[in-house]
Amino acid sequence: MNIAFNKETFRDDFTFKNSPAGIRRFPFPFHEDKYMYAVNMEPHVSSGPKGHAYNSLIDVDEHYVAEMQDRALVLKEDPLRSQALPHMMAAQWDTLELIMEQKASGYPELFSLTKDGDNWHWVNKPMGIDQKFVFGDLTTLPYEPMEYIMRQTQGDICIVDQRDNQLWMDAGVVTTQADWSLDFDLGMNFMEWHGPVPLAHQIGVFDRALKFLLNLQQGKPVRRLNWTMTINPRLDTSPENYHKWGTDRMTVTPENVGNKVHLRCELQSLWRLPRSNAILFVIRCYLLKMEELVTVPKWARRFHRVLRDLPPELIDYKGLTRYRPTTVEWLSKFDDGQPTSPGIFPE
Amino acid sequence: MTINTEMHCRVTAITNVSEKVKRFRFERIDGEPMPIFSGGAHVVVAFHTDEGLRRTPYSLMSVPGDTSGYEISVLRVEQSRGGSHYLHDKLKVGDEVHLTQPVNLFPIDQRGKKQLLFAGGIGITPFMAMMEQLHREGENFELYYAIRDRKHGAYWKELQARFGSRVKLYVDAEKSFIPLDAVLGNQPLGTHLYVCGPSGMIDAVLGKATALGWPKQNQHSERFLAPPAGDVFKAVLTRSNKTIAVGTHQSILEAVEANGVEAPYMCRGGACGMCETNVVSCSGKIQHNDIYLEPEDKATGKKIMICVSRIKGDKITLDL
Repeated sequence: MNIAFNKETFRDDFTFKNSPAGIRRFPFPFHEDKYMYAVNMEPHVSSGPKGHAYNSLIDVDEHYVAEMQDRALVLKEDPLRSQALPHMMAAQWDTLELIMEQKASGYPELFSLTKDGDNWHWVNKPMGIDQKFVFGDLTTLPYEPMEYIMRQTQGDICIVDQRDNQLWMDAGVVTTQADWSLDFDLGMNFMEWHGPVPLAHQIGVFDRALKFLLNLQQGKPVRRLNWTMTINPRLDTSPENYHKWGTDRMTVTPENVGNKVHLRCELQSLWRLPRSNAILFVIRCYLLKMEELVTVPKWARRFHRVLRDLPPELIDYKGLTRYRPTTVEWLSKFDDGQPTSPGIFPE
Repeated sequence: MTINTEMHCRVTAITNVSEKVKRFRFERIDGEPMPIFSGGAHVVVAFHTDEGLRRTPYSLMSVPGDTSGYEISVLRVEQSRGGSHYLHDKLKVGDEVHLTQPVNLFPIDQRGKKQLLFAGGIGITPFMAMMEQLHREGENFELYYAIRDRKHGAYWKELQARFGSRVKLYVDAEKSFIPLDAVLGNQPLGTHLYVCGPSGMIDAVLGKATALGWPKQNQHSERFLAPPAGDVFKAVLTRSNKTIAVGTHQSILEAVEANGVEAPYMCRGGACGMCETNVVSCSGKIQHNDIYLEPEDKATGKKIMICVSRIKGDKITLDL
């Protein structure tokens, strides 16, 4: 598989866009015409129509190189976006191995990993990296293993330690987040870092999810989709940089909805790590412009209905309050009232 | 959708370790590597006996990073339900078994500044893997290992040879016992303890540690829970619309599986919580044998862990 990597930006002039094939591979997060929280986890196995984001378990797409350039900028401005507590070193190496193996097996034309005992050789062709190193020896890599591989991997990660029947956010690289901060959440447990989420606690979603994740098994990763919306294709919507993007939400007009308003989907996958018994939590962000979304008639109808009927608490929590009416109005032109087919994939 | 990640394996070596302990080595038939695991992990071994399929959990004792095969050690238990007898007397090199992916309910707390391991008898097995892992990572650890006598004790010579003075051996027959007061009373802050062995030993170590003010979070234990035998009773499965008999030496889970009903499970030892099942009604008394449910859950009689718990009475109706 050859991927043509886009030259594009996620800041300043915002030249990000999806190709027609890029639109159809988008992991659309709504399987029906309404939305409410659920423990919507399913096995993370290769699936979906050919080319879909579900085909490879660590997905690489046309935005890869540009996203890595954006991450390098974020890390340069704010090194605290990458942090790991000292007891997470085994989990860092686990993470490096898992991602390298998934990339090499999913995209053999782009990545390769050769192991000779602890002497490893990693080649990343899109980024022009050829690295020989000793697995387990920090001095043989330019960064700690987690940061090293995350500078070459789309999406954020948290590495979650399991102790005392709880999960603890003890490491991560977070630069493409929907308004949350690793620096703030580091060291918190599962209930603490989910504290701000409305409605879900009351219906027991987090109790069930925690119980499920404590028993997550090796070799059986799971995934779920989460979503929000972002004005302008900005990956780094962090609390640290709120002053840079918060006011963007006041700039939406009926004329610019199509290009400015984005559905932001998180493909979250969870993996039990072998050496550390920790859990790798991958949060991969995908952006889709409204004008791109409406090229798939099923998604246009469905997203109009979801957004129109969203519970008020969720509108508020996801920060959609200011521009939702304008967006719903714009989307309504693409909803002819016809029924939609089940499932998330385009027709 | 469920993914079947069981590994089809062959027995490639059986070694007599001591008078009542044998070591079994399993390698994958498809030639693929075994998954790397973490010290303290177990697998569930499925093997065919004359009475049908058995699934029994065993701690992995081989080197966690060695993907060429897995090894377990099995003590021949006189009062056993037949699993250890079968493995000791019938299983041969070349026989086929199925292994689950490794599961760790007894992991190392990586924050520990020092790791204290307490093993009794066959409880040594998870520590064999743990010590290899701690050694590779350059961690500070000590093993306190109690055996009945030198003839029955497993691996003590090998461990002393490999880890030297980190291994402290205590032999009941020689009237030498782990000096718990001295050991637990004098450790640096940030030390974690791990204990695996007979129930009495686990209770003694945890009790002493608690009395000496060790935080609960620094105390880790793994108990061997086999489903205890009991009287025959009936189980009514509402969702599958079946009434089945649970035999004297059978767990509810085993009876359910023998009747072709799939129920979730993971540890099969009453610890992980995966097989928690809602009780619709019960004419009799539930004997909770697990260490998963909270005492208040057990008191309500609305939940049961079907891998180890059973009833004394006539019939239990389950949401299965």
